[in-house]
Amino acid sequence: MSVRITTAAVVCTVALALATPAGSQPGSGTTRPSARPIVVASKPFAESYLLAELFAQVLEARGHEVARRFGLGGTEISFPALQQGSIDVYPEYTGSGLLVILKAPPDPASAKVFDIVSREFRTRFDVRWLPPLGFENTYAMSIRTEMAQRLGIRTLSDFARVSRDMRAGFTADFIGLPDGLPGLRAAYDIHPKSVNALAPGVKYQALMAGSVDIIDAYSTDGLLGRYAITVLEDDRGFFPPYDAAALVREALAREQPDAVAALTELSGRIDVLRMRRWNERVEINGEAAAIVARDALVELGLTSLSGDAGTPGEARGSAPPASLRDYLWSRRSELVRLTARHLVLAGVSLTAAVAAAVPLGLLVSRTTAAPSVVRAVGLLQTIPGLALLAFLLPLMGIGFFPAVVALFLYSLYPIVQNTVTGVQAADAGAAAAAHALGMTPRQVLWHVRVPLATPVIMAGVRTAAVVNVGTATLAALIGAGGLGDPIVAGLALSDTRMILSGAIPAALLALVVDLVLGGLQRLVTPKALRAR
Amino acid sequence: MMAGELVLSASEVVRRFGSVTALGGVSLGVRAGECVALVGESGSGKSTLLRTFNRLTDPESGAVRVGGEDVRAMDAVALRRRIGYVPQDGGLLPHWTVLRNVALVPWLLGQDDAESAAAGALEKVGLPAAAYGRRWPHQLSGGQRQRVAIARALAAAPRIVLLDEPFGALDAITRGDLQQMFAALRAESGIATLLVTHDLHEAFLLADRVAVMRAGRIEQDAPPDTLVAAPATPYVAELLARARVGHEARR
Repeated sequence: MSVRITTAAVVCTVALALATPAGSQPGSGTTRPSARPIVVASKPFAESYLLAELFAQVLEARGHEVARRFGLGGTEISFPALQQGSIDVYPEYTGSGLLVILKAPPDPASAKVFDIVSREFRTRFDVRWLPPLGFENTYAMSIRTEMAQRLGIRTLSDFARVSRDMRAGFTADFIGLPDGLPGLRAAYDIHPKSVNALAPGVKYQALMAGSVDIIDAYSTDGLLGRYAITVLEDDRGFFPPYDAAALVREALAREQPDAVAALTELSGRIDVLRMRRWNERVEINGEAAAIVARDALVELGLTSLSGDAGTPGEARGSAPPASLRDYLWSRRSELVRLTARHLVLAGVSLTAAVAAAVPLGLLVSRTTAAPSVVRAVGLLQTIPGLALLAFLLPLMGIGFFPAVVALFLYSLYPIVQNTVTGVQAADAGAAAAAHALGMTPRQVLWHVRVPLATPVIMAGVRTAAVVNVGTATLAALIGAGGLGDPIVAGLALSDTRMILSGAIPAALLALVVDLVLGGLQRLVTPKALRAR
Repeated sequence: MMAGELVLSASEVVRRFGSVTALGGVSLGVRAGECVALVGESGSGKSTLLRTFNRLTDPESGAVRVGGEDVRAMDAVALRRRIGYVPQDGGLLPHWTVLRNVALVPWLLGQDDAESAAAGALEKVGLPAAAYGRRWPHQLSGGQRQRVAIARALAAAPRIVLLDEPFGALDAITRGDLQQMFAALRAESGIATLLVTHDLHEAFLLADRVAVMRAGRIEQDAPPDTLVAAPATPYVAELLARARVGHEARR
């Protein structure tokens, strides 16, 4: 019951926040101030960014206000976020819908798969598949052409015979999901010697460098044509059709049918060659997804060049600056904004963690429950970041609030642990004497144990803060923003400079936070105990 | 001096820790102005008996009285503030200055003149507040720290002080100095004192009566001269012989 109330409250808050017209321009004749912004999301890889940008720009061209939540952490974050109402539309593939979400058996017939997912998603999830965009992006299991020729490997069945000597480099999605490695193992008896999880953006480099022998490329990858790579034939028809389409909430279709109509203008218009060419511009030429999408809409005749195609999400200029320093400088206002967002995420969650963990530590430190409480809080620490976010999603949706909750949970352990240790280790003789001379237990705690424990407690806060600033980069995976945004986007787009533009400020921020808290630690440490 | 009222009394006090009997029905009295030493080996129960008087330990049976009143009827915190206490390690608060440490009990009692009371107590133990009051405990020698601990026990002018091996951790010369100082302080103030020590020399030097404890019982409770002249049990005789006491210069 309380969970439902909390959920309702959160949903209301999110809805309220979304309903607030942000930046609506009264002078602009095309903007409809009455409608809330349509939240367009993407998964964290280049094609998904590009398709989401196409969705966003076609909506903007038709006068809708759009909020972008790009780079969410895969199907396991994006789909629940859509169901839960945090986002309205994102690009998905029918094969993933069939195998991953419906957990239905694979079927090679493209039209039949679309019928199944359309029917099932509508009745079970209140979610609608718009007619497919016109291209398929299936898994392209790829090996180096040199190796293919040397070993005479053409099909997945060929590969299966030598797979035990091979090292695989797969994306995390592929390793875990039923339409990926588990299914492939069963269908072809493929058992690589080792399986490494790779970010989508680095798999080609890893393959060509010889670090791995097989990767799960996508058939529309712009990079596919650039390397001496052989795509293995799926001779047993294991992979289902992966027709790309817009996945939208039925509620959006009911409230804003013209928005769905605008999105449907893209249906059947994008063939695989187009898509590969556009992907190439983003992945290889390093052009901004927003700019490629703007050109794509013109190419499709859906907008004219003179029309305003909306504000680019990633401001990568057409002529990228030469050095990393220049690049960072050119993005300074964006980086300042992201850093501020990052600080707020870390600051709010850390403050809440201190407010909860120190009293909790003090409360249990003098009881026999202390070890169990510390262990229980420590268990939270062992939950992988993405898993915790996925767990919080049905309750809280995506964005700022669940990110703060996750960071809060991660920050508890070092603070509780150090508070308990600090209080327990505080000069036992002093505490006993103070008690014997007539201090109440409360006075012993506040006047003796806590002051003596402050340096240890503050050390825990510092640890939590540094870990928190690092972990907060994961918040980008649930659309909470911060310096994780350029890291996730850079990984998706194989853009090292973009990754560094998030990673360097994040590292500096961690250093600065540690220095500041170090000063604070000195300040709150009783004078007699300071390093002499 | 010996005829004063009974300020501390224990009668038939029993206290066990698990299967160990720390106090097996012990009775003891300390009169106003008197100094009684509890001597015995480790584990004989002497510290446990001392700790029943300020309710750091409560007995299972028997009665403990302070100023004629049963301690079970008293608020433990208020009782402790009325009684001076010096542990072996001093137990000074390391993050408080010397003056603030000494002012602890007057401060707990809400006295306005806590600091001047502390300064007076420091003066008495030979550490003038002007020179030592603002130092940190870690800036003092072991002997100085014990002097501060004694000043802290006396700052609120209690009628009773409990000393639990107060000089046990000090070197022989410093210990001698502090014993002399404490003897002089007592001569001046006449404060009732219960002193736990394993050092018979110290007991004979400072105490009006010595109670020899063994395995949770008192073997003999008598003035030092009587103890030497007529040991009540073979254990007492052996203890005296081993320590070769009886020839101290009495104050």
